Amino acid sequence: MKDKFFPALIAGIVTFVLAFPLLGLSIVADGLTLGLEGADTKTLGYIALASLAVFFFQLWKSNIVAVAKSIPLPKKAYSSPAARSQSQRDKREKLFTLIVVALALVWPFFASRGNVDLATLVLIYVMLGLGLNIVVGLAGLLDLGYVAFYAVGAYSYALLYQYFGLSFWVCLPLAGLFAAIFGFILGFPVLRLRGDYLAIVTLGFGEIIRILLNNWTHLTGGPNGIGSIPKPSLFGLEFGRRAKEEGNVPFHEFFSIDYNSGYKVIFLYLLALLLVLFTIFVIRRLMRMPVGRAWEALREDEIACRSLGLNRTIIKLSAFTIGASFAGFAGAFFSARQGFISPESFTFIESAIILAIVVLGGMGSQLGIILAAVAMTVLPELAREFQEYRMLMFGLMMVLMMIWRPQGLLPMKRRHMELTNG
Amino acid sequence: MAESMLKVRDLSMRFGGLLAVNGVSLDVEEREIISVIGPNGAGKTTVFNCISGFYTPTGGNINYKGQEIHALADYKISRLGMVRTFQHVRLFSQMTVIENLLVAQHRHVNTNLLSGLFKTPSYRKKEQKSIDRAVYWLKKVNLLEFANRDAGNLAYGQQRRLEIARCMVTEPGLLMLDEPAAGLNPKETKELDELIVSLKEDYNVSILLIEHDMNLVMGISDRIYVINQGQPLASGTPDEIRANPDVIKAYLGEV
Amino acid sequence: MLETALYFIQQLLNGLTIGSTYALIAIGYTMVYGIIGMINFAHGEIYMIGTYISFIAISGLIPLLGIEYLPLILIITLAVSMFISSTYGWAIERIAYRPVRGGNRLIALISAIGMSIFLQNYVRIAQGSRDIAMPSLIQGGWSFGPPEGFQASLSYMQLFIFIATFITMGGLTLFIARSRMGRACRAVSEDMKMAGLLGINTNRIISLTFVIGAALAAVAGLLLGLYYGVTNPYIGFIAGLKAFTAAVLGGIGSIPGAMLGGLLLGVTESMTSAYFSSEYKDVVSFGLLILILLFRPTGLLGKPEVEKI
Repeated sequence: MKDKFFPALIAGIVTFVLAFPLLGLSIVADGLTLGLEGADTKTLGYIALASLAVFFFQLWKSNIVAVAKSIPLPKKAYSSPAARSQSQRDKREKLFTLIVVALALVWPFFASRGNVDLATLVLIYVMLGLGLNIVVGLAGLLDLGYVAFYAVGAYSYALLYQYFGLSFWVCLPLAGLFAAIFGFILGFPVLRLRGDYLAIVTLGFGEIIRILLNNWTHLTGGPNGIGSIPKPSLFGLEFGRRAKEEGNVPFHEFFSIDYNSGYKVIFLYLLALLLVLFTIFVIRRLMRMPVGRAWEALREDEIACRSLGLNRTIIKLSAFTIGASFAGFAGAFFSARQGFISPESFTFIESAIILAIVVLGGMGSQLGIILAAVAMTVLPELAREFQEYRMLMFGLMMVLMMIWRPQGLLPMKRRHMELTNG
Repeated sequence: MAESMLKVRDLSMRFGGLLAVNGVSLDVEEREIISVIGPNGAGKTTVFNCISGFYTPTGGNINYKGQEIHALADYKISRLGMVRTFQHVRLFSQMTVIENLLVAQHRHVNTNLLSGLFKTPSYRKKEQKSIDRAVYWLKKVNLLEFANRDAGNLAYGQQRRLEIARCMVTEPGLLMLDEPAAGLNPKETKELDELIVSLKEDYNVSILLIEHDMNLVMGISDRIYVINQGQPLASGTPDEIRANPDVIKAYLGEV
Repeated sequence: MLETALYFIQQLLNGLTIGSTYALIAIGYTMVYGIIGMINFAHGEIYMIGTYISFIAISGLIPLLGIEYLPLILIITLAVSMFISSTYGWAIERIAYRPVRGGNRLIALISAIGMSIFLQNYVRIAQGSRDIAMPSLIQGGWSFGPPEGFQASLSYMQLFIFIATFITMGGLTLFIARSRMGRACRAVSEDMKMAGLLGINTNRIISLTFVIGAALAAVAGLLLGLYYGVTNPYIGFIAGLKAFTAAVLGGIGSIPGAMLGGLLLGVTESMTSAYFSSEYKDVVSFGLLILILLFRPTGLLGKPEVEKI
């Protein structure tokens, strides 16, 4: 007990030193004279309580851990028997996927407008998460500037519409292409760098793009952004009350039904769903192709890859470029949905959120990423009074995840290529 | 004499102030097993790293089948047909055994992205061909039953064999083995011995070997090079090396 | 002609001022990287916390304790700020980095990013997100040049920054070179395992590194806080990125390198602002970072790394 007393006491004091000056004191400026103001007794009480809690926790840590361990944890919910082969698992998975997709397709017609709109936002994050997952989860390259490619996609559509009047459907592939080109240009020189250097360089690149968008005022509108970006149309049918484009017909007139702004929301949702399904399909194929295997091999052992004749630069570049192109698609869709974009939407925090989705979802796992995107977007909406603490919790969660479950909540079950007829 | 398959002349490698390899020369002919031996820290692995392109040598020439390769990138060298294993096994341990062999054939199935996305017939055919080749080599090294297991879960000796199979699916002309028998038991060593000889006899592969197991080295080598403290000490047939007083001194110290 | 030269000198002085504080922050990055090979992403936030603690200490000292003597105010503020910031540095390492040490580098980096986001928002919630201003305590300076034309000036504040930085760096250099702990630091950064076998408490040395780095960041926090006269919870991010650039520029792992890199970066920035455009000064710094990593990843004074196979 005694040998634990001093470390525990130190931990308690440290907690107090960390908390008191910033939480317990604040500066009051009265003209030119400065002063300090103590917090109310409630806050001070909390600080004291926290310090004591840390002290006692450290003091009785071993006991607490022992008690916690003795509580029986529920066994893993599902564990597929080892005997079940990949093809059987594939079948079940296909069925599961079909049911989920069917539900996702039907759901918006019964849900409220606000919820459908929120779901659309979730889908954007799913797409971004899946795209970044190629780079971080599969190829093992930490990209902290992923938001830059998202921005490139968003501005591609906004600018191409503004200057050339191109429609969403023309711009969508172009946005992916431009983002991919940016990924290529950045990736080509920097992918030789070691992992953590790469992270910082991509972070710097993200900042460069944001600063450029902010200051290149005559092209991008600077901090004021670009507004009145049109929504996508459905084969020439528009979802506004009146058609904006020459020759287009409003959706409700074409089907001679009453105008309802809810159609537009549902249409955007379905479009996002389509894009997500496309993303999932492409990535799953890629994972089983030689290039996907090469990404993982490179993550596992780069030196062995080189010794086998794999060109690491090209392989990393392909992951980087393909990942970027999905951010481009998501960006184009984002600007169509918002109708307005500005550099504000493309800060480092956005990159961190997407990274957090990948990390939380279990790097590499697609289902995990989808669930994580839902959690990250929906939870803050549900708990609006905690909005203030959202980013605080975010940061804390990232740290705790890395300590306790670096493999994520739903770690990737590697989709093994299996030999069926030996 | 015809041009050697691999010709190394006056190879030297300097790390800062340390001259790790100094003036090493060696030749490997077609269908030959050549061993490089020497005490620990003699610079054998550094020679390997230079030949396979992981280090750019600070001096000397390396010529493979008439092409100068000492300034070539590592992956380009292995594409010419020189592949290697590592002193500490380097497998893709979280990938299955068969996947390990498929990754190694990456450049053989390097189809474009679209044909893979749409699974075109030509893509399927190429994929099937590389699976067939992988299966063939798994049979050869007795690992077929483990094809779907994670490579990291194999026993040590199996991992060693898988590493060799992974080299062989790339259809090399010269196989470089860095202490392949380290950590193997006598039975496994004997199997390895037979495997290496068979690679030479049945697949026309030349082998450059670093090894400490003298029984293995003396039994299978056509010629042996001895390196000591980064310098060439002796070379010749196993019998000549066995009788060479310098070699004995280097191994046993000054008597 | 004279005017052009004076203008240039003015920019050089401004650049060196900013640069010397970058160097102070950069040392924290470089020492941690030298010892455990990780980028302490949250280091910029320590600097930000340093500015807050300094402002709080100054606001408390003058009216509450009635201290009016400026050097005393500065010394006490510095001591308080260094102590509290160091505690932060120590706690961050214990909480967020030690449990993930030895694993994948990216895991440690993600943990550090999480810590950075956490600290930024902690300060935002505790102290509000608005700018906090501080009237300048050190006023006046020397001007030189013709009275009717452009005058270059060296303010006492700038002089104070130079002197404080110089003393801090000198102290650190002596500590590393002469003291027992400093020797242990060098041993651990050379070969952690071996140092551990020789009886050096490596955990303690790593903690010490974080404490020293944080203390230097706190010095930079006070200096830059007084120089700009303003702080907010978001300044840590860009400052951290800049200081990291400085560390890489000088050769990460090398303390003299960090000093040199900081000064070079500061001068580059002030020259870019003066002769090109102040909006793009960050673009130039990050561009510089990318270029260095591409063409000289070991930096100006760093040692090359041999890949182990």
